[in-house]
Amino acid sequence: MAYKNYIMVCTGTGCESSKAGQLYENLNAELKAAGVEEEAQLVKTGCFGFCEQGPIVKILPDETFYVKVKPEDAKEIVAEHIVKGRPVDRLIYKEPSSDKTPVDTDNIGFYRKQFRIVLRNCAVINPEIIDEYIARDGYGALEKALFEMSPDDVLQEIKDSGLRGRGGAGFPTGTKWGFTKGVEADQKYIVCNADEGDPGAYMDRSVLEGDPHSVLEAMAIAGYTVGASKGFIYIRAEYPLAIDRLNLAIAQAKEYGLLGDNILGTDFSFDIELRLGAGAFVCGEETALLASIEGKRGMPIPRPPFPAVKGLWGKPTVINNVETWANIPVILLKGAKWFNSIGTETSKGTKVFALTGKINNSGLIEVPMGTTLREIIFDIGGGIAGGKPFKAAQTGGPSGGCITPQFLDTPIDYESLMSIGSMMGSGGMIVMDEDDCMIDVTKFYLEFTVDESCGKCAPCRIGGRTCYNILDRISKGKGEVEDLQKLKDIGHAMRKASLCGLGQTAPNPVMSTMKYFEDEYKAHIEDNKCPAGKCKDMLSFSINDNCVGCTACARVCPVSCISGEVKQKHVIDQDKCIKCGQCFTKCKFEAIDRA
Amino acid sequence: MAKLTLDDLRKLRDEKKQAMNQRDAEGKTAQVIIGMGTCGIAAGAKAAFDAFLDEMDKTGVTHATIKQTGCMGLCFSEPTVEVKMEGMPDVVYGNVDEDTARRIVRDHLKNKTLVSDHIFDKPSTDIIKD
Ligand SMILES: Cc1cc2nc3c(=O)[nH]c(=O)nc-3n(C[C@H](O)[C@H](O)[C@H](O)COP(=O)(O)O)c2cc1C
Ligand code: SF4
Ligand code: SF4
Ligand code: SF4
Ligand code: FES
Repeated sequence: MAYKNYIMVCTGTGCESSKAGQLYENLNAELKAAGVEEEAQLVKTGCFGFCEQGPIVKILPDETFYVKVKPEDAKEIVAEHIVKGRPVDRLIYKEPSSDKTPVDTDNIGFYRKQFRIVLRNCAVINPEIIDEYIARDGYGALEKALFEMSPDDVLQEIKDSGLRGRGGAGFPTGTKWGFTKGVEADQKYIVCNADEGDPGAYMDRSVLEGDPHSVLEAMAIAGYTVGASKGFIYIRAEYPLAIDRLNLAIAQAKEYGLLGDNILGTDFSFDIELRLGAGAFVCGEETALLASIEGKRGMPIPRPPFPAVKGLWGKPTVINNVETWANIPVILLKGAKWFNSIGTETSKGTKVFALTGKINNSGLIEVPMGTTLREIIFDIGGGIAGGKPFKAAQTGGPSGGCITPQFLDTPIDYESLMSIGSMMGSGGMIVMDEDDCMIDVTKFYLEFTVDESCGKCAPCRIGGRTCYNILDRISKGKGEVEDLQKLKDIGHAMRKASLCGLGQTAPNPVMSTMKYFEDEYKAHIEDNKCPAGKCKDMLSFSINDNCVGCTACARVCPVSCISGEVKQKHVIDQDKCIKCGQCFTKCKFEAIDRA
Repeated sequence: MAKLTLDDLRKLRDEKKQAMNQRDAEGKTAQVIIGMGTCGIAAGAKAAFDAFLDEMDKTGVTHATIKQTGCMGLCFSEPTVEVKMEGMPDVVYGNVDEDTARRIVRDHLKNKTLVSDHIFDKPSTDIIKD
């Protein structure tokens, strides 16, 4: 007997951390208790993308979209929705703009402009069951490659698709594979880069948690194409759930003979192993990553030779990012032409972004290349939280830069981002409003790169530190007019002389903010002011004549430096004030000045 | 499960696809919406629901989804079932017992003819031949 309902429970990391696991257990128990376990199937899925609203439960086929579901809601969901067929209204997602319940998931503003290729199976299948992947045409691309295409055919298809690497630089994937295929060698390797070190990014983790087989299948296809029999997935140890699901997926694929010797009875054999990284950002750089797999310390080495020609243990090695891999099976199944029709002239397909910051709907989104920032922020993201004006979006993480309001309508692809001084990077996107100080943000990224620099070469090691120190001075009100030129000079030197991408791109956030927010730098340096009111050392709080003496401020001040009689004007002891701003937020009478 | 051959893989995919298909509203051209308020359930909506599923399975109808909804306000003609299908008028059927449910699957969903004697809400009289 077929099931009437399917209860899809997100068990991605985001939802897990808000008790989705317990929720799943409770639902299971309630179904049994109500005697309806034959009527509704409980399905664990990967991330729905809308993590902010998690834990998420979607009921199929009626597409009821429940959000912020607590373990104790399980009883009501089963008793009402499953047994009686009455959706539980209070748990149904409502659009923040209209407070209306969308008819189906695709009609939710957050999903309407999305287009899912990479995330096609995330939240649709149970990632722990290979049969569900197979039902969604899984391993069909491998089948097609092995039985209907020569390695040359596959390579041509990937080249024709125009797919470019999603790990940051956007190198054409087909060209890379072509290099490795073209070299004679007794052994070649396929590597998946799942290091994902960018702060704020979690797209790769979500793909691995929600659809691990798509990456395994893609790696096997690449093995067949370039003549490699062995693959490695380099993943950071901080991703335990992704690691578990990958291990399970590999075991299941081996059992079915979709990995291992003589795949599907052909003479093609391909095996995949995991390698855990300790989570150093620089280990995501391809040469450092390969060194780390070899058991050496993860430090970059000069290229060329590129890994495609001389990689793991000196053998030709294809290394691609998780998201890049996840595109491959679809391209083979649907054809290069189909893929090519999505995106812009130079950038084909879609891009997954981790949208965070001052935005109403944060989460994981996938949009066609060429979507504008305005569509991402205002349509998908639901606008700026609190309705404040949009100030900038940081893309590309520590290698990237800012997109400012004047570029809201620029179609996003590799080239256009580059031309406005930002970068696609791996896909972190942090939205900022007028309360964010650009010097502060830049300092954050620079601190990250300085910490994560491997220290091997001087421009990165010394240049990064020097830039950080200058920024730190500026943020403390001790900047000098010459600092701007100094930052530019050091930045140029780092770009030119650093050994690897980390040092080469580290100045990007600085250069980008100096270009678009010069006024803000000047305000810090010349007027000793932080327009966003973020840089503590430049702030002072004082009480003006609006004060009615309600004492609210004095009561919240953590260092008790506000004094005054009830119904009398209060004063702040400037020497003791730690500039936490609590009094400022508390006062209802606009009696506290922040300058 | 032992190692798969090409045929095994294809067979497995077809089987599982059928099962997964039921979850998916995408690509479906028809919707069957069953009123499952207290009134509906009391009048036998659950039995009708089961009959729909079973008959669709038997007759290989895969282009329709079955949804449940609350009381449609037509308590006197429960169980009520709304059927929306491309190229057909939206129809509300009343007093749908198991037998009628099976007829709706065969006639309406499969052969594109209305089950006239159970139509509760005539959306546009000129389409329905008496
Ligand atoms: C400092 C640094 C960190 C990097 N981190 C990652 C990473 O976490 N994941 C990733 O896929 N690529 C990362 N890259 C890019 C890789 O070196 C490499 O270009 C990429 O894995 C190639 O895959 P793709 O062609 O599919 O983009 C990093 C590069 C640098 C310089
Ligand atoms: S640029 Fe920085 S991270 Fe890269 S090799 Fe030089 S010191 Fe190491
Ligand atoms: S909260 Fe505002 S009004 Fe009240 S005592 Fe403090 S400054 Fe005065
Ligand atoms: S800013 Fe903080 S420390 Fe200073 S007066 Fe206000 S509450 Fe006290
Ligand atoms: S982890 Fe559940 S929606 Fe992202």
